[in-house]
Amino acid sequence: MTSKIDGAMYDLHHIDALASRDTGINRIYSPVKLMVTVMYIALVMSFSKYDIAGLAGMFVYPAAMFILGDISFRDTLRRIRAVLPLICIIGIFNPLLDRSVIQIGAFAVRGGAVSMATLILKGFYTVLAAYLLAATCSAERICLALEILHVPRMIVTQIMLMYRYIFLFLGEVGRISQAYALRAPGQKGIHFKAWGALVGQLLLRSIDRAGRVYESMLLRGFNGSFSVFRQKERLRLRDAAFGSFWAAVLILFRSVPVVVEVGNAVTASFGAR
Amino acid sequence: MHMADALVAPAVAGTMYACSAAAAAYSIKKVREENDPEKIPVMGVMGAFVFATQMVNFTIPGTGSSGHLCGGMLLSAILGPHAGFLTMIGILLIQALLFADGGLLALGCNIWNMAFYGCFVGALLIWRPLLTGKADKTRIITASILGCVLTLQLGAFSVTLETLCSGVTELPFAVFAAAMQPVHLIIGLVEGLITAAVLCFVYDARPELLWGISSSGRRARFDLKTTLVILTVCTALIGGGMSLAASGDPDGLEWSIEKTAGTAELEAEGGLYEKAAEVQEISSILPDYSFRSSESAAGTSFSGLIGSLIVGLFCAGSCMLLRIFRKTRR
Repeated sequence: MTSKIDGAMYDLHHIDALASRDTGINRIYSPVKLMVTVMYIALVMSFSKYDIAGLAGMFVYPAAMFILGDISFRDTLRRIRAVLPLICIIGIFNPLLDRSVIQIGAFAVRGGAVSMATLILKGFYTVLAAYLLAATCSAERICLALEILHVPRMIVTQIMLMYRYIFLFLGEVGRISQAYALRAPGQKGIHFKAWGALVGQLLLRSIDRAGRVYESMLLRGFNGSFSVFRQKERLRLRDAAFGSFWAAVLILFRSVPVVVEVGNAVTASFGAR
Repeated sequence: MHMADALVAPAVAGTMYACSAAAAAYSIKKVREENDPEKIPVMGVMGAFVFATQMVNFTIPGTGSSGHLCGGMLLSAILGPHAGFLTMIGILLIQALLFADGGLLALGCNIWNMAFYGCFVGALLIWRPLLTGKADKTRIITASILGCVLTLQLGAFSVTLETLCSGVTELPFAVFAAAMQPVHLIIGLVEGLITAAVLCFVYDARPELLWGISSSGRRARFDLKTTLVILTVCTALIGGGMSLAASGDPDGLEWSIEKTAGTAELEAEGGLYEKAAEVQEISSILPDYSFRSSESAAGTSFSGLIGSLIVGLFCAGSCMLLRIFRKTRR
């Protein structure tokens, strides 16, 4: 149990460290990055279940982000390994139930197998895109992007507060769990007799802490929003160029199976010789 | 129960975003009406609390497995349905961004499946009718278990509907629902028991913190009997409506095959061929996975592979060049 909490703490610190680096990608205006990510995910999701050739080309965006953002692909795979099995479980029935035969180039392939592959590829791309956003843009800047994009301030402020306190609470829950585990060796989880008292105590302490937090915020001049981050974010020409470039590239890759077209052009030129 | 982006079609994601946005707008309005400036920090801290405590494993007596806390029901019992719903949005967004637990575009679905049912249905249809003006531990336990079971059942049913509407699985509706509902019934029972234990502790220590209990003078909008009637009618309507839709709609698969391959049926002649085809039909996952005689067809596949390679190399090369250029400029 404590290892699970430690793992979550490590993941949070790791992604926080990645997002706080000063790279070119990290400096891009956060609303632009958020919009490109959402657009990418929406376009990936919009491919039909048999259009694996078109979907294959959509690797360009995550590939470019990995290289430009200098992010380890191996670390990323480790983090997202828990997500793909669920998608595989839902997709695994497709080859058994969808026995149609479709033609992909020279091959006649079972439709269910293609739809399963498409589903897994979509899962992989979309999870990568969300991870790359978090790894190149800190939680505060994502919250600021949400505020700039007119998400209600009440939601944004409480998400920002929540994110700050997650580190504290994970540490506290970790210590409580460790203390319990030391007093109950060999026990897998919390015994049912301690369910209420263990979490209830923490809950009461949390509510009292929330009151103290609010008083401290008022004393520091809190007026309903964290405007300090807003000053750091400014739309520059290169941010607009980044957004426009990726919008154009992604729409192109969505409308035309670019990988097939490029391959056709190259093989045709070799054939002509 | 977190849905990944890959399981949702854009139209379904958009619709669920719109539904969740409407519920969020209503919640914001209600929280503003309460005019309690301390509410936002409390929501933030409570969100972090639920996030952290969901990582605690609770041993289920008599089994080797463990359960977790039911966030929606706990939050609405402490903060009320509107603030609880807004807090759940924050938890789900952080889970999607930092733990890849649920997708960014599927967030609307996840908010609806977990936060809406957990907070609105759980608090307004179960918690308030049972507890307003007549709170005791038995009622808290009943409300917690009933609330968790019902909200998880509704959530699981929504996951089934959203996945099927998105057309990503070939599983028939009945099979998918039969797999989802019983599993979530057990999870709901366990989560209900854990939530009940925590809320009973809070009731003993500081009952004024529980939502709806302190306002003893106010009558609940729906009593238990009315609630049960509403739920029964809703179940009958949803169940009946869905089964009609399921039997009346034609199978979209044949349409898809015809559109993609140009034909819905394969040509087969001869008894032996038919027998062999039947065996292959049952056993093989990738039937006819071989080159057809056409050279141009083989060329097309080859082109696809070559194209992927070239675009990949071009993309990687451009990015590498950009990095080298930046480094030299520094």
